[in-house]
Amino acid sequence: MNFVNEAKSLVKVNIREYGMYIALFVIMLTFSIMTDGLFMSSRNISNLLDATGYIAVLAVGMTLVIVIRHIDLSVGFAAGFMGAIAAILLTQAGIPFYLTIPIILVLGVVIGMFNGVLVASIGIPSFVASLAGMLIFRGALLQVTEKTGTISIKDDHFNAIGNGFIPSIAKINGLNLLSLILGVVVIILYIYSEFSQRKSKVKYNFEVVSKSIFTVKVVFVSAIIAYITWIISGYNGFSWTVIIMLIVVVIYHFLTTKTVLGRHIYAVGSNPEAAHLSGINVKKITYIVFGSMGMLSALSGILFTSRLQSATTTAGTLFELDAIAAAYVGGVSAAGGVGKVTGSIIGAIVMASLSSGMNLLGVGVSYQYMIRGAVLAAAVIFDVMTRKKRS
Amino acid sequence: MSDYILEMNRISKEFTGVKALSDVTFKVERGEIHCLIGENGAGKSTLMKVLSGVYPHGTYSGDIVFEGSVQNFGKISDSVKTGIAIIYQELALFPDLTVYENIFAGNEVKRGALVDWNQTIVQAKQMLQKVKLNVNPETLIKELGVGKQQLVEIAKALSKNVKLLILDEPTAALNENDSENLLELLRELKNQGITCIMISHKLKEVIAIADKATVLRDGRTICTLDASKGEISESIIIKNMVGREIDDIYPKRANKAIGKTILEVKKWSAHDPQLGRQVVKEVNLHVKKGEIVGIAGLMGSGRTELALSIFGNPKSYKLQGELLLDGIPRTIKHPSEAIKAGIAYVTEDRKGDGLFLIQDIKSNVTAANLRAISSSGVINVNEEVKVANQYKNNLNVKAPSVEQIVGNLSGGNQQKVSLGKWLFVGPKLLILDEPTRGIDVGAKFEIYTIMNKLIDEGMSIIMISSELGEVLGMSDRIYVMAEGRIKGELSIDEADQEKIMQYATQ
Repeated sequence: MNFVNEAKSLVKVNIREYGMYIALFVIMLTFSIMTDGLFMSSRNISNLLDATGYIAVLAVGMTLVIVIRHIDLSVGFAAGFMGAIAAILLTQAGIPFYLTIPIILVLGVVIGMFNGVLVASIGIPSFVASLAGMLIFRGALLQVTEKTGTISIKDDHFNAIGNGFIPSIAKINGLNLLSLILGVVVIILYIYSEFSQRKSKVKYNFEVVSKSIFTVKVVFVSAIIAYITWIISGYNGFSWTVIIMLIVVVIYHFLTTKTVLGRHIYAVGSNPEAAHLSGINVKKITYIVFGSMGMLSALSGILFTSRLQSATTTAGTLFELDAIAAAYVGGVSAAGGVGKVTGSIIGAIVMASLSSGMNLLGVGVSYQYMIRGAVLAAAVIFDVMTRKKRS
Repeated sequence: MSDYILEMNRISKEFTGVKALSDVTFKVERGEIHCLIGENGAGKSTLMKVLSGVYPHGTYSGDIVFEGSVQNFGKISDSVKTGIAIIYQELALFPDLTVYENIFAGNEVKRGALVDWNQTIVQAKQMLQKVKLNVNPETLIKELGVGKQQLVEIAKALSKNVKLLILDEPTAALNENDSENLLELLRELKNQGITCIMISHKLKEVIAIADKATVLRDGRTICTLDASKGEISESIIIKNMVGREIDDIYPKRANKAIGKTILEVKKWSAHDPQLGRQVVKEVNLHVKKGEIVGIAGLMGSGRTELALSIFGNPKSYKLQGELLLDGIPRTIKHPSEAIKAGIAYVTEDRKGDGLFLIQDIKSNVTAANLRAISSSGVINVNEEVKVANQYKNNLNVKAPSVEQIVGNLSGGNQQKVSLGKWLFVGPKLLILDEPTRGIDVGAKFEIYTIMNKLIDEGMSIIMISSELGEVLGMSDRIYVMAEGRIKGELSIDEADQEKIMQYATQ
């Protein structure tokens, strides 16, 4: 098989996944041209990623919820509510930030598990159960912020989560050294894992892609990581938000692709009856997925509250819909069993890029909503079409 | 010259390579009760679906002549308009609507653009009188028993001025009393001039009610028997139903070394809370090491329910009785416990609850035993591919690679993947539910060969099957089930098709 043919067949098999990266690339390129490069400036990309953080972590959890054929509408106000609780713990109860964060995350797991029980054990449709949750958390958020109004947070450590950057150590030509080092480490780890995977496949006598394709892929991905690192280092370097987002993606990507738990989640999503008959505890999987969703909404609440340096009465409004949209743009299927965590992150970045680019261009809010709606519809239409073609 | 209300001439129908009907001719005279008989898969339901327009004109060959004119039904409502109504085994009523709403669903009594509910109720009462059902038309369907629901279905058909009424196993879910009433009603309707086609597995009923009976086998018409000529008797019907010879598509096993009992159930009953009735009744059954035990019986006889109740009870039946594994009493509450205990169950409906159709071959093969290819919860992906390739090669699954999506494979290959998934669990007892349904002869032979190999390796197999040939060709011992009970146990030497059919149609 020659190089071109092999590349063609790879694209054909992975059209949905590559399509999204191509879409992101086209969007970024278009905005860059239209804004004379302002869009791809260090400052804008850095801000864009920071603003995506709290939606991106929700989208990761939502991906799994949709994969097992459920939905969670309560995550937005749950995040808002838990952000407010965090603010209260920090300011009124005087609990230090390193205790507050784990407390909030555990609270998130408990709330998520409760949803899981409603859905899996009592059998309430997740749409209804989480709709009820949405109303309850909205009320709860108002209740705890009613007397004080906006609760502003003075804790610098806590506020750094949403606003701070990793230290730079030194600057080289105006670039942050530590961020650069981090980027290089990531590239080395990436290349190492690609090589070790290839070696292990060869050891098993499995077919591997040709050397030329492999080289092109490794060089290409490394170049992209290098480019992003270069851009981000040019401003304040990696923010804590981006670091947290990356850690969440890496952990969830590993969980979903490499572990038994991940496989069970996708099995339940693609055929719950068959999963049950294969000895998989469908209820347990449902609890875990909703529990993780709860934990991630707590994290989202922390990120958002920290970003604003305060808890507001309307925090969390429409987060859930942004997260769901990101997951669908990222290729999750409503029929269950299909969808990648990495896809949803890209989906979240696509949606954030649209907002950011249109803001730079001064597009009115009314048109922004319509355009984002059209992109969501287009992504799902593309999804349905490619799937039909394949079967 | 007979007065035929319906003539179906040389009907053939094919499903992607499988001939379901070939040159079937079926004639029904006006005003008679005509029974349609045959084994599962003989083509009865397909024939009725052709007639009622479920399979539209153009998807089959041959022609349908109804009341003297050729009919080309494009959809179900076309056949309803000409006066043909079909009542399926699974009732098509709306449980949360009232009796009168159900009778006129899709056929509403209108005044202008609105529904005239008062008139509806008046007419519904008349229909209920005709079927001798004495209930308030405002009762909800779900509050009625199955027998009464059946009568509502018939009332619904009558409201559409039906000339030809088709009933698909109307008494399958009914008790003796309700069955008797239903048959009585059919006689009455016959006197009112309504022609009736009834599909039935219960030969006693056929003998009691039929004027004529047509036997189908393997998609062909075998004969039409006439009661007035004394041709409708149990022995004649059974002979025509099973007539096929067992050819040597069943590979022989060399030595039959049968060991100790590994599974036994005693007075085993299962109550399905959703259906609200017993699905398995006081079953006594045992399986020995190195033995293939066949469970014969018609669909709905409780075979699958029995298997599920043993395999961790996934449908949450209420169970009674005793289950022993290797002589030790056990309770198995979840399929995962059954798998641990060494039982595997290959489902009847591989697409519905057997396979993960959107996933690839390797994920399906390893789904029930991921533990074996993982350490501390992390899957060794390369090991998985290796295992999947082994099963793909051993079971001769025809696919370019183990990354192939299972939904795109043929039925036979899907069945092999399903089998591979359960063999990877390493069971002592393998329960196969309709292992060769819907797959071609070549793949069948391969599956039989695999079964024999497993037996040689010391496994035990319970094989549930509707195909008598398969049961007789493969089993060491046969249980026959009907109505949730084991009606008979036969050793392979004494068993023949007639005996099995006799037990199964009791």
